[in-house]
Amino acid sequence: MTGSRRPRPKSPSAPGLLPLLVLLALLPLGACARSEPAAEPAAGEGGPAYGDTLVEASIGDISGLIPNITSDSASHEIGNLIYANLVRTDKELRLEGELAERWEISRDELTITFHLRKGVKWHDGVEVTAEDVDFTYRYMIDPKTPTAYAESFRQIRRAEVVDRHTYRVTYEKPYAPGLLSWGIWILPRHILEGPWKAGVDLRTTPQNRHPVGSGPYRFREWKTGEKVVLEANPDYFEGRPYIKRVVYRIIPDQSTIFLELKARNIDMAGLSPIQYRRQTDYPAFRKAFNRYRYLANAYAYLGFNLLDPRFQDKRVRQAMASAINKPEIIEGVLLGLGRPAVGPYKPGTWWYKEHVKTYPFDPERAKALLAEAGWKDTDGDGLLDKDGQPFRFTIRTNQGNLVRQQTAEIVQRRLRAVGIDVQIHVVEWAAFINTFIRKKNFEAIILGWGLGMDPDQYDIWHSSKTGPDELNHISYKNPKVDALLEAGRRTFDEAKRKAIYGELQDVLAEEQPVVFLYVPDALPVVSARVRGIEPAPAGISYNFTKWYVPANLQRYTR
Amino acid sequence: MSGLRRVKRTGQILEEGIPSTGRPALRRGFFWRQFRRNQLAVCGGAVVLVMTVAALLASVLAPYDPGAYDVTQILMPPGPAHWLGTDQIGRDVLSRMLYGARISMAVGFVSVGIAVVVGTLFGTVAAYYGGRVDEVLMRFVDLMLNFPRLFLLLTLIALLRPSIWVIMAVIGLTGWMGLARLVRGEILSLKEREFVLSARALGARDPRIMFRHILPNALVPVLVSATLGVAGAILAESGLSFLGLGVQPPTPSWGNILIEGKANIEIAWWLSVFPGLAILLTVLAYNLLGEGLRDALDPRLRQ
Amino acid sequence: MLAYLIRRLFISIPLLLGILCLSFLMLKLAPGEPTIIQQDLQARATGAQRETLRQLYGLDQPLHVQFGRWLWRVVRLDFGRSYMPDGRPVLDKITERIPITLGLNLLELLIIFFVAVPLGILSATRQYSAFDKSMTLFVFVGFATPDFWLALLMMILFGVQLGWLPMSGLRSLNFEYLDVWAQAWDVLSHLILPVLVASFGGLAYLSRLMRGSLLEVIRQDYIRTARAKGLPEGEVIYKHAVRNAVIPVVTLLGLMLPGLLGGSVFIETVFAIPGMGQLFVQSAFSRDEPVLMALVVIGASLSLLGNILADVSYGLVDPRIRVSGREAR
Repeated sequence: MTGSRRPRPKSPSAPGLLPLLVLLALLPLGACARSEPAAEPAAGEGGPAYGDTLVEASIGDISGLIPNITSDSASHEIGNLIYANLVRTDKELRLEGELAERWEISRDELTITFHLRKGVKWHDGVEVTAEDVDFTYRYMIDPKTPTAYAESFRQIRRAEVVDRHTYRVTYEKPYAPGLLSWGIWILPRHILEGPWKAGVDLRTTPQNRHPVGSGPYRFREWKTGEKVVLEANPDYFEGRPYIKRVVYRIIPDQSTIFLELKARNIDMAGLSPIQYRRQTDYPAFRKAFNRYRYLANAYAYLGFNLLDPRFQDKRVRQAMASAINKPEIIEGVLLGLGRPAVGPYKPGTWWYKEHVKTYPFDPERAKALLAEAGWKDTDGDGLLDKDGQPFRFTIRTNQGNLVRQQTAEIVQRRLRAVGIDVQIHVVEWAAFINTFIRKKNFEAIILGWGLGMDPDQYDIWHSSKTGPDELNHISYKNPKVDALLEAGRRTFDEAKRKAIYGELQDVLAEEQPVVFLYVPDALPVVSARVRGIEPAPAGISYNFTKWYVPANLQRYTR
Repeated sequence: MSGLRRVKRTGQILEEGIPSTGRPALRRGFFWRQFRRNQLAVCGGAVVLVMTVAALLASVLAPYDPGAYDVTQILMPPGPAHWLGTDQIGRDVLSRMLYGARISMAVGFVSVGIAVVVGTLFGTVAAYYGGRVDEVLMRFVDLMLNFPRLFLLLTLIALLRPSIWVIMAVIGLTGWMGLARLVRGEILSLKEREFVLSARALGARDPRIMFRHILPNALVPVLVSATLGVAGAILAESGLSFLGLGVQPPTPSWGNILIEGKANIEIAWWLSVFPGLAILLTVLAYNLLGEGLRDALDPRLRQ
Repeated sequence: MLAYLIRRLFISIPLLLGILCLSFLMLKLAPGEPTIIQQDLQARATGAQRETLRQLYGLDQPLHVQFGRWLWRVVRLDFGRSYMPDGRPVLDKITERIPITLGLNLLELLIIFFVAVPLGILSATRQYSAFDKSMTLFVFVGFATPDFWLALLMMILFGVQLGWLPMSGLRSLNFEYLDVWAQAWDVLSHLILPVLVASFGGLAYLSRLMRGSLLEVIRQDYIRTARAKGLPEGEVIYKHAVRNAVIPVVTLLGLMLPGLLGGSVFIETVFAIPGMGQLFVQSAFSRDEPVLMALVVIGASLSLLGNILADVSYGLVDPRIRVSGREAR
């Protein structure tokens, strides 16, 4: 079922390259990490030790273990532990090598040469080489591959295996997000190339259920609908992870997950704002778990279908922004655990522009703007009308996310106060995407975007991306924005990019193609027996392999 | 269960009653005496009555606007200002429960109404005409009975917006088959009785015979079945809410208040305990009432 | 009898076809193509890729062609592969869940039967007594309580507050390291809450049926005769009346056949039990047509079979009924 997946710490090496439309509460990759004063290591407690099991919960079963062709975050999270990537982001969200020891970018910014680490082994003992990288690349660009990540690899003009440990790619045009896209999971050629060449759908190969990777954890078992078990890879090239086993339990009901957490049968989970504020704030829980809090790498918005003439008028959209009381939503729905969003980027990133036009809560100004746009209450029924038509529309949001649903209820009341009649329709995910989003059969939506590690948001705002399967589903078209987006992805220089994306943020703030609502906090909790967690801008799980449980605190000894 | 049992039952009722229309006052008094002896059923009836009145008077009784939120009053436990506490965005739970009663009861009544109309029509027509018509209609009933209900629910609700009307229609349209069989059985046994034969001999036409003479006599078991049906429909609505296919927010129904409260069952017990109890009590009351009616009306079970 | 059986089976085939046809249509009518029912919408497959997928699954063909092809494969017991990214054979996905749901439901049914029948008998023999009333109340409370709610309350009590029982799943994480007895207890302890909650909800139907059936039998002539002969009341009730009254209850078990594989969506979701109910809802929400249609085939066949079984067994055990055709239901 489309339950809500609460934020869970997510390894930052996921291809967060493309912005992801996140349905639920959000992925906690982010700055401003704050942690509760964690229980200080007791005197006499041992240092890092190998062993123990960490239990996590997932609301849905994973869809497969070749993460390149899945799109659910549970599969990605597990994929991140099984597979290694060429590059990844570190705790400060800077790029660093994983399988790639280093890389060079050519003077003309078109060519990247990767130098792979030597001696890295797949879990079955075969060496990882540039051939594996090349296979992954060829598989990604194969039109038959059902992947969401092909786009950035299609920008590549030429790819070559220089030698066993050197791989070189040349782009068509300078492509700034290119390097980050190599955060893709590298697949084992020796296992998959045969079936792939034979035309077999890789999803049906054993790799999808019993994968061989090169990452810190090895696959142990997957009991459908029940659990996935991983075991530390003693030969991991960055050193054997301390925690011996990781278990993902599949529990399809959010309330059950929380009860299991309270009973300490689950060691790690993401909390909802209410749980964070009310249910976990008592001594026994504080003793058993460490809570963390940092800004999530995502934001929620109220989007309009810009094919609808009513919403094409900028003043109407600005009026909505003024009519909605964002601090009230943050106070009431997020219980203060978040910040108002002013644009499509997360505060704290180098490309974020602090001072853009904002729309403080001001119903009178909203009414004035609407009147300017021709919306007045001429028949005295309390509803604005224009050409005899009352202003009435439906906000749709996805099922399973109580925070969004309540946001919709508050927005509904506020818009009613300025004379707009809003209906709410909470739709299950499959119908939401297929009937409403893809067919552009909606008036307004409340949704969220998960953000990438790069400011490139070409797919979301560019006028060429308004097709039925593309991400600009609000059909936003603005030549100025198009030009800025194009310039942004062709520029490597950080200062220049910052200026370009700053201007983009100014335009979007003025235009309000969507009303940016809030950036929520990610609220993960981890069992207090786990040590070595160091909250950083990247969140907490970037150093998962360095987490440990002191020998005397280990709970699962077998 | 068996046609045999049903034939016998109606036979006995009719031997005492006057055929053709209604039932005499004498029998009504008798029924009432029987019914009153069953305290559980009387309690059930009282609860149903209270709930119905509360639902009807929701707008008078509710201390607050059920949609008015107050973010400074989030998750307040029951107290003097809010008798049943407040919810996640500071709305008064009592007011929402009262308006929710309206929705939940309406879902119960209307969906059962639909089921009764459709079921009675199918059952009557099938039984009266018999033969081919009966065969075809009853095969259709079989088909619907063996059709996975969730399938129908998902499709209809995905196709249409889940307004309360759609939900009523869906619950009603997936719940009439039992009634159709029941009515058919009743009527099969009625239509060969003297009063029908005499009406026919007098030249009454089919629809008239069916609706004026036969149907009223089959209504008692339908009434019992409908009472039980209301209980089922209220439960079905809460089940739909669990799947996220229930009444849309912010319109409150007991089902969706319960589901929203379930997420925070541990801290805000009042959010799930009150709607849970309301559903429990009401469904229980309808069941007891229905059983009481059946016992009072069915001479075979009497002592 | 045999002729009747054959006739019933024969009638069931067009019925089954009708159900399948209707399901197929509804599925095609429902908006939404197969979608991964996950929480993030990511940059999706492009239009061209979608088209290749459609062709791969034959979704570009006219409906009757799709239905015909599908039916032909089903006749050969080939349900195809799931549309989900795992792309597993549908039969695998279903068979791995059948034992779980079957076991759970059998257990549940046993409990219901062995609690409801005595309850019904005791209630009937003490009609309108305090016992009868409190039992009536008890079974109806079971029926009237939303089961997911009751489940959560029980989990809080026995799982969190008291810590006596595991709350969710089928076995503990250290299951494989336990000895046989500990393993048995482990599974059993995981089943206690779900089975109890589910049985409580199912008591009402069967116990009321038993009560009504016995009350009816007690009023029959042969019971009066037995009493008149001066047989002890206990013997009359338990030797003669109950034996006859239990017949309709037993035949009803036939109608419960489809439920055995159906699984309860609520119970399975709340208790995290990977059974058929979960699979059905997940597949429905993600429009996983091959799995859904396979489940419909199984469900509908079982339910038709159950009907026949109930009718036939009723005719077999109850000499008062001469099976002559439809009137047997």
